Amino acid sequence: MKQMEHVSAPDPPALPAFGRALWRYRGQRGALIPLLQSAQETYGYIPKQAIYEIAGVTGIPPAEVYGVVTFYAQFRLEPQGRYVIRLCTGTACHVNGAPMLEETIEEVLGLKRGETDGERLFTLESVACIGCCSLSPVIMVNDETFGKLDARKLRRLLKRFKKAARQEERG
Amino acid sequence: MRSFKVGTSTCGVSAGADKVLERLLSLAAESDGAPVAVSETGCIGMCYREPLVEVVDGPERVLYAEMTPEAAERLYRGATRDELEAHVLIEGESGDRDGFLLEQHRIALVNCGHIDPADLDDYLAQDGYAGYRKAVTAMTPEEVVAEIELSGLRGRGGGGFPTGLKWKLSRASAADTKYIVCNADEGDPGAFMDRSLLEGDPHGVLEGMAIAGYAIGACEGHIYIRAEYPRAIRRLEAAIEQATARGLLGRGVFGGEIDFEVHIKQGAGAFVCGEETALIASMEGRRGMPRFRPPYPAERGLFDKPTNINNVETFANVPWIVRNGGAAFAALGTPKSKGTKVFALAGKVVRGGLVEVPMGMTINRLVLGIGGGVREGGRFKAVQLGGPSGGCIPASLGDTPIDYDQLTATGAIMGSGGLVVMDDSTCMVDVARYFLSFTQSESCGKCTFCRIGTKRMLEILEAICAGGGREGDIERLETLGRQISAASLCGLGQTAPNPVLTTIRYFRDEYEAHIRDKRCPAHVCPSLVSYSISEAACTGCGACIKVCPVDAITGRRKELHVLDAEACIRCGRCYTTCQFDAIIKD
Repeated sequence: MKQMEHVSAPDPPALPAFGRALWRYRGQRGALIPLLQSAQETYGYIPKQAIYEIAGVTGIPPAEVYGVVTFYAQFRLEPQGRYVIRLCTGTACHVNGAPMLEETIEEVLGLKRGETDGERLFTLESVACIGCCSLSPVIMVNDETFGKLDARKLRRLLKRFKKAARQEERG
Repeated sequence: MRSFKVGTSTCGVSAGADKVLERLLSLAAESDGAPVAVSETGCIGMCYREPLVEVVDGPERVLYAEMTPEAAERLYRGATRDELEAHVLIEGESGDRDGFLLEQHRIALVNCGHIDPADLDDYLAQDGYAGYRKAVTAMTPEEVVAEIELSGLRGRGGGGFPTGLKWKLSRASAADTKYIVCNADEGDPGAFMDRSLLEGDPHGVLEGMAIAGYAIGACEGHIYIRAEYPRAIRRLEAAIEQATARGLLGRGVFGGEIDFEVHIKQGAGAFVCGEETALIASMEGRRGMPRFRPPYPAERGLFDKPTNINNVETFANVPWIVRNGGAAFAALGTPKSKGTKVFALAGKVVRGGLVEVPMGMTINRLVLGIGGGVREGGRFKAVQLGGPSGGCIPASLGDTPIDYDQLTATGAIMGSGGLVVMDDSTCMVDVARYFLSFTQSESCGKCTFCRIGTKRMLEILEAICAGGGREGDIERLETLGRQISAASLCGLGQTAPNPVLTTIRYFRDEYEAHIRDKRCPAHVCPSLVSYSISEAACTGCGACIKVCPVDAITGRRKELHVLDAEACIRCGRCYTTCQFDAIIKD
């Protein structure tokens, strides 16, 4: 029960969306995943705190909440970089050169799948298919999609984002 | 009045349709001349020529392809079609210039790329909600079920279970509450028809769900949709709101006694949730793990109530069937597979996109005819059908008709309709390894054979691709594959070995080349490829020297470079960097 104290003194401070979602919870069945989604939308990841808050409100043990978090690919337990690169590893992208794109990203940014760099500028994730198969191979950088890539085009693209990220970081 | 329709499905936007739309909207906003309408539409399926803009001017209709904001502006400012001849794809009622639409027969996709998905009136003008009205006002629920049974419609999500029978079972379950669930957790890599349907014609799917609700006696529907489809979610939300405001959904539809409310549930990314019982577990807020059946969801599903789960494309066919009668649908297709099927053509094919064809069309007709054959002069080698649950069908079986049972006989499955074309630059062992790595990481871990067996199979395949294959590996894969199929609870495990078993069946020689000769015939597996420099092509530019991480390439500027095969780690960076095709793979 000691963990329940966090509910009254949330830290990091509960931002509006997640707070409202918790407030609106009235014992609806099947609300756990939407609550986690709302936490992730608010914080960008699922902080440990949020797991305890959700557990406290729903009465689901924190271990079970954690089990659900780790089961689904969407949930992250670590904050992400400024730019999230989603490498499409769908079938069409795979046969059209996704492995080559992955190597290029590692070469330019030094990131493997699931990693974030030390400065939190970039995160590399993979996604099974973003449904733009006719533009394969494809990557997404935040919400923007880049298709018909080859190693050379990708190197140029990454260098551009690297420069932009550095500038934003400074300014 | 002139009107511009821009195709803004995810595929169109990725190709730049949003910038075209933005330009047209800003031009329309500042114009003070004749009114011009600018609207959005869904995906017509010709993804390979996106972005698409249709211009309607009185009786004239022209569809322009590969549009840029500049080209759109020229059109807006009055450029004639002759000036943009290179962009013209379809004129008037004649077919498209590529012959892409010619052999298609559109039932599920009929409105996609034609109506504005954000405008309910556009849908109503195409007989929208007429099927639902007919069902509710002129038919008994039993008559609706009978009509669906007569149509021969089978589940389009992969299983191929007869939809009419499923409805009949759900109808027969007595309970105070029943649910309709639309499975929009489209997780097969290489399939995107459900996304296109939801983005291009959300009301069509909602109407299908509402008819199902009336037929089985459910007043609540849920759409379980991938969170990776934000645009589809937005369009569905808007569509539900509009239809509810007009009394087409919600309480007392058509002013009568029938209720049907629809809610959206976002999935959280787990391939196994495409399986019915795992999907239900996820909707209830638990880890998405399948359970033993029976009881089937038709008896005990969501929150222990009878639940009828169908896939997006299945629902999209329903309004047409109710409007036109089950017999009209059954008149299309083959004896055991009726109607049409939507396929997502992708991979090494010239014309990639969405096609809807009558069942019974051969694979060759689909790939070589509609798809235009293999890209960049490659040789057609195989198609992969059905994603990670499916298999590879070799080009030699290209005359196989598209039919649930005939495809199953090849070792592949119809699946949800992802069809990835492969040519001689695709390594079949690598493809098998790719799918196994997908299913292995998506296995929920409940059944031992699926959890550990797929891991063992993946290890063997990785060893083969890395040059460490041993005699007997092929037989070990076959045995493991059979055991996993037999000892897994759900479809994921039962079908996970299919990509491996079919590639062994049809491309055993490639496996043998990897294992015995340590050679990858398609030059794909990095460890089995060697690199050298072509004397004729090398210009001595030094680009490869710069990228080589182990300094295996030497040579002076403007002189022939030399690659030290001993030092080379086969990373392939020189190959992707060289602009003169001077690096040779062997």
